[in-house]
Amino acid sequence: MNMEQQHIKLPQGAIEKQTNTLNLGPTHPATHGVFQNILEMDGERVVNTESTVGYIHRAFEKIAERRPYYQITPLTDRLNYCSAPINNMGWHLTVEKLLGIQTPKRVDYLRVIIMELARITDHLICNGVVGVDTGAFTGFLYLMKYRELVYEIYEEVCGSRLTTNIGRIGGFERNFTPAAFQKIEKFLAEYPKALKEFETLMTRNRIFVERTTGVGPISAERAMSYGFTGPNLRAAGVDYDVRVAHPYSSYEDFDFTIPVGTTGDCYDRFLVRNAEMWESLSIIRQAMDKLKDLPEEVYHAEVPAYYLPEKQDVYTKMEALIYHFKIIMGESDILPGELYNAVEGANGELGFYLISDGGRSPYRLHFRRPCFIYYQAYPELVKGAMLSDAIICLSSLNLIAGELDA
Amino acid sequence: MSLTNDYIKQRLVEKFGEALTSFEESFDVLTFTAPAALNLKVMQFLYDDEELQFRFLTDLTAVHYPHLPDAELAVVYHLYNFREKVRLRMKIFVPVAAPQVFTATKLFESANWMERETYDFFGVDFVGHPNLKRILNVDEMTYFPMRKEFPLEDQSRIDKDDEMFGR
Repeated sequence: MNMEQQHIKLPQGAIEKQTNTLNLGPTHPATHGVFQNILEMDGERVVNTESTVGYIHRAFEKIAERRPYYQITPLTDRLNYCSAPINNMGWHLTVEKLLGIQTPKRVDYLRVIIMELARITDHLICNGVVGVDTGAFTGFLYLMKYRELVYEIYEEVCGSRLTTNIGRIGGFERNFTPAAFQKIEKFLAEYPKALKEFETLMTRNRIFVERTTGVGPISAERAMSYGFTGPNLRAAGVDYDVRVAHPYSSYEDFDFTIPVGTTGDCYDRFLVRNAEMWESLSIIRQAMDKLKDLPEEVYHAEVPAYYLPEKQDVYTKMEALIYHFKIIMGESDILPGELYNAVEGANGELGFYLISDGGRSPYRLHFRRPCFIYYQAYPELVKGAMLSDAIICLSSLNLIAGELDA
Repeated sequence: MSLTNDYIKQRLVEKFGEALTSFEESFDVLTFTAPAALNLKVMQFLYDDEELQFRFLTDLTAVHYPHLPDAELAVVYHLYNFREKVRLRMKIFVPVAAPQVFTATKLFESANWMERETYDFFGVDFVGHPNLKRILNVDEMTYFPMRKEFPLEDQSRIDKDDEMFGR
Protein backbone atom coordinates (compact mmCIF):
# COMPACT_ATOMS: atom_id res chain seq x y z
CA MET A 1 0.00 0.00 0.00
CA ASN A 2 1.54 3.29 -0.98
CA MET A 3 1.08 6.64 0.66
CA GLU A 4 -1.03 8.17 -2.07
CA GLN A 5 -3.76 5.69 -1.54
CA GLN A 6 -3.99 6.44 2.17
CA HIS A 7 -4.39 10.18 1.84
CA ILE A 8 -7.34 10.52 -0.44
CA LYS A 9 -8.16 14.09 -1.14
CA LEU A 10 -11.89 14.61 -1.49
CA PRO A 11 -13.40 17.65 -3.16
CA GLN A 12 -15.36 20.04 -0.98
CA GLY A 13 -18.89 18.82 -0.15
CA ALA A 14 -18.36 15.28 -1.41
CA ILE A 15 -19.38 13.77 1.93
CA GLU A 16 -22.94 14.80 2.56
CA LYS A 17 -24.91 14.07 5.63
CA GLN A 18 -27.46 11.43 4.79
CA THR A 19 -30.58 10.49 6.66
CA ASN A 20 -32.23 7.11 6.69
CA THR A 21 -35.91 6.44 6.35
CA LEU A 22 -37.39 4.00 8.80
CA ASN A 23 -40.85 2.55 8.46
CA LEU A 24 -42.42 1.92 11.83
CA GLY A 25 -45.56 -0.01 11.20
CA PRO A 26 -48.32 -0.35 9.89
CA THR A 27 -48.38 -3.43 12.10
CA HIS A 28 -45.43 -3.24 14.37
CA PRO A 29 -45.58 -4.37 18.00
CA ALA A 30 -44.22 -1.03 19.15
CA THR A 31 -47.02 0.96 17.55
CA HIS A 32 -49.79 -0.66 19.63
CA GLY A 33 -52.20 -0.55 16.75
CA VAL A 34 -52.44 -0.32 13.01
CA PHE A 35 -50.84 2.87 11.85
CA GLN A 36 -47.59 3.82 10.24
CA ASN A 37 -44.87 6.25 11.19
CA ILE A 38 -42.29 7.06 8.59
CA LEU A 39 -39.32 8.27 10.59
CA GLU A 40 -36.50 10.19 9.01
CA MET A 41 -33.48 9.24 11.07
CA ASP A 42 -30.07 10.80 11.44
CA GLY A 43 -28.22 7.93 13.04
CA GLU A 44 -30.38 7.14 16.02
CA ARG A 45 -32.02 10.54 16.23
CA VAL A 46 -35.40 11.31 14.77
CA VAL A 47 -35.28 14.23 12.37
CA ASN A 48 -38.80 14.17 11.07
CA THR A 49 -41.88 12.03 11.27
CA GLU A 50 -44.77 11.49 8.99
CA SER A 51 -47.76 9.58 10.22
CA THR A 52 -50.12 7.62 8.04
CA VAL A 53 -53.43 6.74 9.62
CA GLY A 54 -56.66 5.30 8.31
CA TYR A 55 -55.80 1.60 8.08
CA ILE A 56 -58.82 0.61 10.13
CA HIS A 57 -61.17 3.36 9.06
CA ARG A 58 -64.66 1.87 9.16
CA ALA A 59 -66.80 4.85 8.15
CA PHE A 60 -68.78 4.91 11.39
CA GLU A 61 -70.08 8.40 10.74
CA LYS A 62 -71.53 7.26 7.43
CA ILE A 63 -72.97 4.05 8.84
CA ALA A 64 -74.56 6.03 11.67
CA GLU A 65 -76.57 8.02 9.13
CA ARG A 66 -78.60 4.92 8.34
CA ARG A 67 -79.00 3.38 11.73
CA PRO A 68 -81.64 4.00 14.37
CA TYR A 69 -80.22 5.61 17.48
CA TYR A 70 -80.03 2.52 19.67
CA GLN A 71 -78.03 0.67 17.01
CA ILE A 72 -75.28 3.29 17.06
CA THR A 73 -74.10 2.23 20.53
CA PRO A 74 -72.15 -0.78 19.20
CA LEU A 75 -70.34 1.53 16.78
CA THR A 76 -69.08 3.64 19.66
CA ASP A 77 -67.65 0.52 21.33
CA ARG A 78 -65.10 0.30 18.62
CA LEU A 79 -63.69 3.79 18.99
CA ASN A 80 -61.53 3.48 22.08
CA TYR A 81 -61.90 -0.23 22.68
CA CYS A 82 -59.81 -0.11 25.85
CA SER A 83 -62.56 1.85 27.58
CA ALA A 84 -65.65 1.04 25.52
CA PRO A 85 -68.19 1.71 28.33
CA ILE A 86 -67.27 5.40 28.46
CA ASN A 87 -68.02 5.70 24.75
CA ASN A 88 -71.34 3.89 25.19
CA MET A 89 -72.36 6.13 28.07
CA GLY A 90 -71.27 9.19 26.15
CA TRP A 91 -73.59 8.25 23.32
CA HIS A 92 -76.51 7.48 25.66
CA LEU A 93 -76.00 10.80 27.43
CA THR A 94 -75.96 12.63 24.10
CA VAL A 95 -79.24 11.08 22.96
CA GLU A 96 -80.78 11.64 26.38
CA LYS A 97 -79.80 15.28 26.22
CA LEU A 98 -81.41 15.56 22.78
CA LEU A 99 -84.60 13.91 24.00
CA GLY A 100 -84.61 15.70 27.35
CA ILE A 101 -84.60 12.50 29.39
CA GLN A 102 -83.82 12.89 33.09
CA THR A 103 -82.22 9.78 34.52
CA PRO A 104 -82.70 8.80 38.18
CA LYS A 105 -79.75 9.29 40.54
CA ARG A 106 -79.19 5.58 40.89
CA VAL A 107 -78.71 5.21 37.14
CA ASP A 108 -76.24 8.09 37.18
CA TYR A 109 -74.23 6.53 39.98
CA LEU A 110 -74.21 3.10 38.36
CA ARG A 111 -72.98 4.74 35.18
CA VAL A 112 -70.28 6.57 37.11
CA ILE A 113 -69.09 3.27 38.56
CA ILE A 114 -68.89 1.66 35.12
CA MET A 115 -67.20 4.69 33.57
CA GLU A 116 -64.59 4.94 36.29
CA LEU A 117 -63.86 1.21 36.05
CA ALA A 118 -63.33 1.74 32.34
CA ARG A 119 -61.01 4.65 33.01
CA ILE A 120 -58.96 2.47 35.36
CA THR A 121 -58.64 -0.33 32.79
CA ASP A 122 -57.57 2.14 30.13
CA HIS A 123 -54.98 3.86 32.30
CA LEU A 124 -53.58 0.62 33.67
CA ILE A 125 -52.94 -0.67 30.18
CA CYS A 126 -51.36 2.57 29.11
CA ASN A 127 -49.11 2.82 32.15
CA GLY A 128 -48.28 -0.86 32.05
CA VAL A 129 -47.28 -0.55 28.41
CA VAL A 130 -45.09 2.47 29.07
CA GLY A 131 -43.32 0.17 31.49
CA VAL A 132 -43.03 -2.57 28.88
CA ASP A 133 -41.57 -0.18 26.35
CA THR A 134 -38.94 0.94 28.82
CA GLY A 135 -38.05 -2.68 29.43
CA ALA A 136 -39.99 -3.36 32.62
CA PHE A 137 -42.41 -6.13 31.81
CA THR A 138 -43.30 -7.05 35.37
CA GLY A 139 -45.48 -4.08 36.25
CA PHE A 140 -47.66 -4.72 33.23
CA LEU A 141 -48.32 -8.27 34.37
CA TYR A 142 -49.17 -7.12 37.89
CA LEU A 143 -51.85 -4.79 36.58
CA MET A 144 -53.17 -6.87 33.72
CA LYS A 145 -54.52 -9.41 36.19
CA TYR A 146 -56.86 -6.75 37.57
CA ARG A 147 -58.20 -5.78 34.18
CA GLU A 148 -59.60 -9.27 34.14
CA LEU A 149 -61.51 -8.52 37.36
CA VAL A 150 -63.06 -5.45 35.73
CA TYR A 151 -63.97 -7.43 32.62
CA GLU A 152 -65.73 -9.91 34.87
CA ILE A 153 -67.77 -7.02 36.26
CA TYR A 154 -68.73 -5.98 32.72
CA GLU A 155 -69.64 -9.57 31.96
CA GLU A 156 -71.89 -9.68 35.00
CA VAL A 157 -73.56 -6.40 34.08
CA CYS A 158 -73.96 -6.65 30.31
CA GLY A 159 -72.66 -10.03 29.18
CA SER A 160 -69.68 -8.97 27.13
CA ARG A 161 -66.14 -7.97 27.87
CA LEU A 162 -64.27 -5.82 25.39
CA THR A 163 -66.83 -4.23 23.10
CA THR A 164 -69.44 -3.94 25.76
CA ASN A 165 -72.53 -2.24 24.28
CA ILE A 166 -73.36 -1.56 27.91
CA GLY A 167 -76.51 0.29 28.93
CA ARG A 168 -79.38 1.58 26.88
CA ILE A 169 -80.84 4.99 26.15
CA GLY A 170 -82.48 5.82 29.48
CA GLY A 171 -80.50 3.52 31.75
CA PHE A 172 -79.26 -0.04 31.85
CA GLU A 173 -80.71 -3.05 30.08
CA ARG A 174 -81.00 -4.91 33.39
CA ASN A 175 -80.35 -4.25 37.03
CA PHE A 176 -76.98 -4.92 38.61
CA THR A 177 -77.01 -8.31 40.28
CA PRO A 178 -75.70 -8.84 43.82
CA ALA A 179 -72.83 -10.73 42.21
CA ALA A 180 -71.91 -7.61 40.25
CA PHE A 181 -71.68 -5.57 43.44
CA GLN A 182 -69.64 -8.31 45.07
CA LYS A 183 -67.23 -8.24 42.15
CA ILE A 184 -66.93 -4.46 42.36
CA GLU A 185 -66.22 -4.77 46.08
CA LYS A 186 -63.64 -7.42 45.37
CA PHE A 187 -61.95 -5.18 42.83
CA LEU A 188 -62.02 -2.22 45.21
CA ALA A 189 -60.45 -4.35 47.92
CA GLU A 190 -57.72 -5.92 45.81
CA TYR A 191 -56.74 -3.35 43.23
CA PRO A 192 -55.25 -0.66 45.52
CA LYS A 193 -52.70 -3.16 46.76
CA ALA A 194 -51.60 -4.03 43.24
CA LEU A 195 -51.51 -0.40 42.17
CA LYS A 196 -49.41 0.43 45.21
CA GLU A 197 -47.04 -2.38 44.31
CA PHE A 198 -46.90 -1.12 40.73
CA GLU A 199 -46.07 2.37 41.92
CA THR A 200 -43.34 1.09 44.21
CA LEU A 201 -41.91 -0.72 41.23
CA MET A 202 -42.04 2.19 38.79
CA THR A 203 -42.53 5.67 40.18
CA ARG A 204 -39.20 6.15 41.94
CA ASN A 205 -37.35 3.56 39.90
CA ARG A 206 -34.22 5.29 38.74
CA ILE A 207 -34.04 3.55 35.37
CA PHE A 208 -37.68 4.31 34.64
CA VAL A 209 -37.42 7.91 35.77
CA GLU A 210 -34.37 8.56 33.65
CA ARG A 211 -35.88 6.86 30.62
CA THR A 212 -39.08 8.93 30.74
CA THR A 213 -38.20 12.33 32.20
CA GLY A 214 -37.86 14.96 29.53
CA VAL A 215 -39.00 12.59 26.80
CA GLY A 216 -41.67 14.01 24.52
CA PRO A 217 -42.38 17.15 26.54
CA ILE A 218 -44.93 19.73 25.51
CA SER A 219 -45.77 23.11 27.00
CA ALA A 220 -49.30 23.94 28.07
CA GLU A 221 -49.68 26.48 25.28
CA ARG A 222 -48.56 24.11 22.55
CA ALA A 223 -50.70 21.35 24.01
CA MET A 224 -53.77 23.57 23.84
CA SER A 225 -52.94 24.65 20.33
CA TYR A 226 -52.65 21.00 19.32
CA GLY A 227 -56.06 20.28 20.82
CA PHE A 228 -54.79 18.04 23.63
CA THR A 229 -57.38 16.98 26.18
CA GLY A 230 -57.53 14.48 28.99
CA PRO A 231 -54.49 13.17 30.88
CA ASN A 232 -52.09 14.40 28.18
CA LEU A 233 -53.26 17.99 28.58
CA ARG A 234 -53.35 17.73 32.35
CA ALA A 235 -49.77 16.45 32.35
CA ALA A 236 -48.83 19.71 30.64
CA GLY A 237 -50.42 21.61 33.52
CA VAL A 238 -53.93 22.56 32.38
CA ASP A 239 -56.61 21.42 34.81
CA TYR A 240 -59.30 20.83 32.21
CA ASP A 241 -61.55 17.90 32.90
CA VAL A 242 -65.00 17.58 31.31
CA ARG A 243 -66.28 15.86 34.47
CA VAL A 244 -65.67 19.10 36.38
CA ALA A 245 -66.07 21.75 33.70
CA HIS A 246 -69.36 20.40 32.33
CA PRO A 247 -70.59 17.78 34.80
CA TYR A 248 -72.70 14.96 33.39
CA SER A 249 -74.20 11.88 34.98
CA SER A 250 -74.16 13.55 38.45
CA TYR A 251 -70.38 13.94 38.62
CA GLU A 252 -71.03 17.13 40.59
CA ASP A 253 -72.04 14.94 43.56
CA PHE A 254 -68.58 13.46 43.87
CA ASP A 255 -65.53 14.75 45.61
CA PHE A 256 -62.34 14.29 43.63
CA THR A 257 -59.29 16.21 42.52
CA ILE A 258 -57.81 16.68 39.08
CA PRO A 259 -54.16 15.66 39.09
CA VAL A 260 -51.96 17.90 36.94
CA GLY A 261 -48.35 17.72 35.86
CA THR A 262 -45.94 20.47 34.87
CA THR A 263 -43.75 19.54 31.92
CA GLY A 264 -46.05 17.33 29.86
CA ASP A 265 -43.35 14.73 29.32
CA CYS A 266 -43.80 10.97 29.44
CA TYR A 267 -43.07 10.81 33.16
CA ASP A 268 -45.71 13.41 33.96
CA ARG A 269 -48.23 11.65 31.79
CA PHE A 270 -47.45 8.45 33.67
CA LEU A 271 -47.88 10.15 37.05
CA VAL A 272 -51.13 11.84 36.03
CA ARG A 273 -52.61 8.55 34.86
CA ASN A 274 -51.56 6.83 38.05
CA ALA A 275 -53.06 9.58 40.20
CA GLU A 276 -56.26 9.41 38.17
CA MET A 277 -56.60 5.74 38.91
CA TRP A 278 -56.55 6.55 42.64
CA GLU A 279 -59.18 9.24 42.08
CA SER A 280 -61.31 6.81 40.11
CA LEU A 281 -61.12 4.28 42.91
CA SER A 282 -62.24 6.94 45.35
CA ILE A 283 -65.13 7.93 43.06
CA ILE A 284 -66.29 4.32 42.78
CA ARG A 285 -66.12 3.97 46.55
CA GLN A 286 -68.22 7.12 46.99
CA ALA A 287 -70.72 5.92 44.42
CA MET A 288 -71.05 2.57 46.16
CA ASP A 289 -71.78 4.39 49.41
CA LYS A 290 -74.33 6.67 47.79
CA LEU A 291 -76.12 3.70 46.24
CA LYS A 292 -76.97 2.34 49.68
CA ASP A 293 -79.54 5.10 50.28
CA LEU A 294 -81.28 4.70 46.94
CA PRO A 295 -84.12 2.34 45.94
CA GLU A 296 -82.58 -0.85 44.66
CA GLU A 297 -85.07 -1.60 41.91
CA VAL A 298 -84.42 1.54 39.83
CA TYR A 299 -82.11 0.98 36.91
CA HIS A 300 -83.64 3.02 34.10
CA ALA A 301 -85.62 6.18 33.52
CA GLU A 302 -89.36 5.93 33.01
CA VAL A 303 -89.39 6.69 29.29
CA PRO A 304 -91.49 3.95 27.71
CA ALA A 305 -91.19 5.50 24.25
CA TYR A 306 -87.42 5.03 24.17
CA TYR A 307 -86.64 2.30 26.67
CA LEU A 308 -87.49 -1.30 25.78
CA PRO A 309 -90.28 -2.74 27.97
CA GLU A 310 -90.04 -6.01 29.86
CA LYS A 311 -90.49 -8.95 27.50
CA GLN A 312 -93.39 -10.27 29.59
CA ASP A 313 -95.25 -7.00 29.21
CA VAL A 314 -94.78 -7.12 25.46
CA TYR A 315 -96.85 -10.33 25.35
CA THR A 316 -99.58 -9.11 27.68
CA LYS A 317 -99.90 -5.32 27.38
CA MET A 318 -100.90 -3.32 24.33
CA GLU A 319 -98.84 -0.21 25.16
CA ALA A 320 -95.70 -2.22 25.76
CA LEU A 321 -96.18 -4.08 22.49
CA ILE A 322 -96.52 -0.83 20.53
CA TYR A 323 -93.44 0.73 22.09
CA HIS A 324 -91.46 -2.46 21.66
CA PHE A 325 -92.34 -2.53 17.97
CA LYS A 326 -91.56 1.14 17.46
CA ILE A 327 -88.22 0.98 19.24
CA ILE A 328 -87.07 -2.19 17.48
CA MET A 329 -88.09 -0.87 14.08
CA GLY A 330 -86.37 2.43 14.86
CA GLU A 331 -89.60 4.40 14.54
CA SER A 332 -89.46 6.23 17.88
CA ASP A 333 -90.12 9.94 17.65
CA ILE A 334 -86.84 11.81 17.81
CA LEU A 335 -86.86 15.57 18.14
CA PRO A 336 -85.01 17.65 15.58
CA GLY A 337 -82.06 19.42 17.13
CA GLU A 338 -78.37 20.05 17.05
CA LEU A 339 -76.04 19.51 19.95
CA TYR A 340 -72.49 18.88 20.94
CA ASN A 341 -72.09 16.76 24.02
CA ALA A 342 -68.80 15.67 25.49
CA VAL A 343 -67.70 13.21 28.12
CA GLU A 344 -64.29 12.76 29.66
CA GLY A 345 -63.04 9.71 27.85
CA ALA A 346 -59.97 7.89 29.08
CA ASN A 347 -57.88 9.75 26.49
CA GLY A 348 -59.58 13.10 26.62
CA GLU A 349 -62.69 14.88 25.57
CA LEU A 350 -64.82 12.48 23.60
CA GLY A 351 -67.40 14.60 21.83
CA PHE A 352 -70.52 13.74 19.89
CA TYR A 353 -71.76 16.34 17.44
CA LEU A 354 -75.25 15.24 16.57
CA ILE A 355 -77.69 16.78 14.13
CA SER A 356 -81.13 15.26 14.09
CA ASP A 357 -83.73 16.24 11.54
CA GLY A 358 -86.44 14.23 13.26
CA GLY A 359 -85.82 11.15 11.14
CA ARG A 360 -85.11 7.63 12.36
CA SER A 361 -81.33 8.11 12.08
CA PRO A 362 -79.10 11.10 12.78
CA TYR A 363 -78.79 13.54 9.89
CA ARG A 364 -75.14 13.87 10.78
CA LEU A 365 -73.07 12.43 13.58
CA HIS A 366 -69.49 13.40 14.15
CA PHE A 367 -67.22 11.90 16.77
CA ARG A 368 -64.62 14.19 18.27
CA ARG A 369 -61.94 11.60 18.87
CA PRO A 370 -59.26 12.85 21.25
CA CYS A 371 -56.58 10.49 19.87
CA PHE A 372 -57.01 11.69 16.32
CA ILE A 373 -56.59 15.28 17.36
CA TYR A 374 -53.60 15.02 19.67
CA TYR A 375 -51.70 12.52 17.57
CA GLN A 376 -50.78 15.24 15.09
CA ALA A 377 -48.42 16.65 17.72
CA TYR A 378 -46.29 13.51 17.54
CA PRO A 379 -43.69 14.86 15.06
CA GLU A 380 -43.11 17.84 17.33
CA LEU A 381 -42.90 15.68 20.44
CA VAL A 382 -40.22 13.36 19.10
CA LYS A 383 -38.16 15.72 17.00
CA GLY A 384 -34.53 15.26 17.97
CA ALA A 385 -35.29 12.35 20.28
CA MET A 386 -33.77 8.89 20.09
CA LEU A 387 -35.68 6.14 18.35
CA SER A 388 -36.33 4.35 21.64
CA ASP A 389 -37.69 7.58 23.13
CA ALA A 390 -40.04 7.94 20.20
CA ILE A 391 -41.47 4.53 21.07
CA ILE A 392 -42.06 5.47 24.71
CA CYS A 393 -43.63 8.72 23.62
CA LEU A 394 -45.99 6.81 21.37
CA SER A 395 -47.11 4.50 24.13
CA SER A 396 -47.43 7.21 26.77
CA LEU A 397 -49.76 9.21 24.51
CA ASN A 398 -52.03 6.16 24.68
CA LEU A 399 -52.92 5.98 21.03
CA ILE A 400 -55.77 3.65 20.26
CA ALA A 401 -56.03 2.88 16.56
CA GLY A 402 -59.79 2.49 16.73
CA GLU A 403 -60.19 6.00 18.02
CA LEU A 404 -57.71 7.36 15.52
CA ASP A 405 -59.62 6.18 12.50
CA ALA A 406 -63.29 5.91 13.53
CA MET B 1 -67.27 37.45 35.97
CA SER B 2 -69.08 35.16 33.73
CA LEU B 3 -69.35 35.14 30.02
CA THR B 4 -72.95 34.89 28.86
CA ASN B 5 -74.12 34.04 25.38
CA ASP B 6 -75.90 37.39 25.17
CA TYR B 7 -72.67 39.21 25.87
CA ILE B 8 -70.72 37.21 23.27
CA LYS B 9 -73.43 37.97 20.75
CA GLN B 10 -73.36 41.66 21.62
CA ARG B 11 -69.59 41.84 21.19
CA LEU B 12 -69.71 40.01 17.88
CA VAL B 13 -72.47 42.22 16.52
CA GLU B 14 -70.59 45.33 17.66
CA LYS B 15 -67.50 44.19 15.82
CA PHE B 16 -68.90 42.63 12.66
CA GLY B 17 -72.36 44.17 12.40
CA GLU B 18 -74.67 42.64 9.86
CA ALA B 19 -72.11 40.17 8.52
CA LEU B 20 -72.87 37.52 11.15
CA THR B 21 -76.32 36.01 10.89
CA SER B 22 -78.69 33.39 12.33
CA PHE B 23 -77.73 33.74 15.96
CA GLU B 24 -79.45 31.06 18.00
CA GLU B 25 -78.95 29.07 21.13
CA SER B 26 -79.31 25.33 20.96
CA PHE B 27 -78.68 23.36 24.14
CA ASP B 28 -76.98 26.39 25.75
CA VAL B 29 -74.45 26.78 22.96
CA LEU B 30 -74.48 30.00 20.97
CA THR B 31 -74.51 29.28 17.25
CA PHE B 32 -74.04 31.74 14.43
CA THR B 33 -73.24 31.82 10.74
CA ALA B 34 -70.36 33.80 9.28
CA PRO B 35 -69.59 34.48 5.63
CA ALA B 36 -66.76 32.37 4.21
CA ALA B 37 -64.52 35.40 3.70
CA LEU B 38 -64.71 36.33 7.38
CA ASN B 39 -64.09 33.02 9.14
CA LEU B 40 -60.48 33.78 10.06
CA LYS B 41 -61.22 37.35 11.10
CA VAL B 42 -64.00 36.22 13.40
CA MET B 43 -61.86 33.48 14.94
CA GLN B 44 -58.92 35.83 15.36
CA PHE B 45 -61.18 38.34 17.09
CA LEU B 46 -62.58 35.65 19.38
CA TYR B 47 -59.04 34.46 20.09
CA ASP B 48 -57.44 37.83 20.81
CA ASP B 49 -60.19 39.60 22.69
CA GLU B 50 -59.33 39.89 26.38
CA GLU B 51 -62.80 38.99 27.52
CA LEU B 52 -63.82 36.37 24.98
CA GLN B 53 -60.63 34.30 24.81
CA PHE B 54 -61.86 31.46 22.64
CA ARG B 55 -58.45 29.88 22.33
CA PHE B 56 -59.22 26.21 21.90
CA LEU B 57 -60.56 24.59 18.76
CA THR B 58 -62.56 21.67 20.11
CA ASP B 59 -63.87 20.34 16.87
CA LEU B 60 -64.01 21.09 13.19
CA THR B 61 -66.21 19.22 10.77
CA ALA B 62 -68.66 19.72 7.94
CA VAL B 63 -72.26 18.89 7.15
CA HIS B 64 -73.76 18.43 3.70
CA TYR B 65 -77.18 19.97 3.05
CA PRO B 66 -77.98 19.14 -0.59
CA HIS B 67 -81.29 21.01 -0.42
CA LEU B 68 -79.71 24.42 0.29
CA PRO B 69 -78.83 26.01 -3.07
CA ASP B 70 -75.36 27.62 -3.10
CA ALA B 71 -74.83 26.77 0.54
CA GLU B 72 -74.65 23.00 0.41
CA LEU B 73 -71.64 22.55 2.65
CA ALA B 74 -71.54 23.86 6.18
CA VAL B 75 -68.16 23.91 7.90
CA VAL B 76 -68.76 23.81 11.65
CA TYR B 77 -66.24 25.08 14.20
CA HIS B 78 -66.62 24.40 17.90
CA LEU B 79 -64.59 26.89 19.90
CA TYR B 80 -63.97 26.77 23.61
CA ASN B 81 -63.02 29.20 26.32
CA PHE B 82 -61.04 27.41 29.04
CA ARG B 83 -61.33 30.16 31.60
CA GLU B 84 -65.10 30.63 31.49
CA LYS B 85 -65.89 27.11 30.26
CA VAL B 86 -68.06 28.34 27.43
CA ARG B 87 -68.61 26.69 24.06
CA LEU B 88 -69.35 28.49 20.83
CA ARG B 89 -70.36 27.14 17.44
CA MET B 90 -69.58 28.93 14.20
CA LYS B 91 -70.84 27.83 10.81
CA ILE B 92 -69.60 28.75 7.37
CA PHE B 93 -71.82 27.89 4.43
CA VAL B 94 -70.16 27.44 1.05
CA PRO B 95 -71.50 26.20 -2.30
CA VAL B 96 -70.47 22.69 -3.20
CA ALA B 97 -69.27 23.92 -6.60
CA ALA B 98 -66.74 26.29 -5.02
CA PRO B 99 -66.01 25.02 -1.53
CA GLN B 100 -63.19 27.40 -0.62
CA VAL B 101 -62.67 28.23 3.05
CA PHE B 102 -59.62 29.79 4.62
CA THR B 103 -57.60 27.42 6.76
CA ALA B 104 -57.43 27.84 10.52
CA THR B 105 -54.03 26.16 10.81
CA LYS B 106 -52.29 29.48 11.43
CA LEU B 107 -54.39 29.95 14.54
CA PHE B 108 -54.72 26.37 15.82
CA GLU B 109 -52.27 23.54 15.14
CA SER B 110 -55.07 21.10 15.78
CA ALA B 111 -56.94 22.34 12.70
CA ASN B 112 -54.39 20.61 10.49
CA TRP B 113 -55.72 17.06 10.62
CA MET B 114 -59.29 18.06 11.28
CA GLU B 115 -59.28 20.07 8.06
CA ARG B 116 -57.67 17.21 6.22
CA GLU B 117 -60.40 14.92 7.48
CA THR B 118 -63.07 17.42 6.44
CA TYR B 119 -61.49 17.70 3.01
CA ASP B 120 -61.26 13.93 2.78
CA PHE B 121 -64.94 13.34 3.44
CA PHE B 122 -66.65 16.48 2.16
CA GLY B 123 -64.23 18.02 -0.31
CA VAL B 124 -64.00 21.34 1.47
CA ASP B 125 -60.99 23.12 -0.01
CA PHE B 126 -59.10 24.81 2.82
CA VAL B 127 -57.16 27.63 1.17
CA GLY B 128 -53.66 27.96 2.54
CA HIS B 129 -53.53 24.56 4.25
CA PRO B 130 -49.92 23.31 4.38
CA ASN B 131 -50.68 19.70 3.48
CA LEU B 132 -54.21 19.28 2.19
CA LYS B 133 -54.43 15.63 1.18
CA ARG B 134 -56.57 12.67 2.14
CA ILE B 135 -56.03 11.28 5.61
CA LEU B 136 -58.33 8.35 6.35
CA ASN B 137 -59.30 7.28 2.84
CA VAL B 138 -56.93 6.07 0.13
CA ASP B 139 -55.20 8.70 -1.94
CA GLU B 140 -56.63 7.31 -5.19
CA MET B 141 -60.21 8.08 -4.17
CA THR B 142 -61.91 10.49 -6.55
CA TYR B 143 -65.05 11.38 -4.62
CA PHE B 144 -66.02 12.66 -1.18
CA PRO B 145 -67.90 9.86 0.55
CA MET B 146 -69.71 11.68 3.36
CA ARG B 147 -71.73 13.76 0.93
CA LYS B 148 -75.35 12.86 0.83
CA GLU B 149 -75.35 11.75 -2.81
CA PHE B 150 -73.62 8.57 -1.67
CA PRO B 151 -76.22 6.66 0.31
CA LEU B 152 -75.28 3.47 2.07
CA GLU B 153 -76.54 0.39 0.33
CA ASP B 154 -80.24 -0.21 0.74
CA GLN B 155 -80.52 -3.38 2.79
CA SER B 156 -83.82 -4.35 1.19
CA ARG B 157 -82.53 -4.41 -2.37
CA ILE B 158 -83.24 -7.61 -4.30
CA ASP B 159 -81.43 -7.06 -7.57
CA LYS B 160 -78.16 -8.25 -6.10
CA ASP B 161 -77.70 -12.00 -5.82
CA ASP B 162 -74.84 -12.38 -3.41
CA GLU B 163 -74.91 -15.82 -1.85
CA MET B 164 -71.74 -15.16 0.04
CA PHE B 165 -73.32 -12.53 2.24
CA GLY B 166 -76.76 -14.09 2.31
CA ARG B 167 -78.64 -11.11 0.94
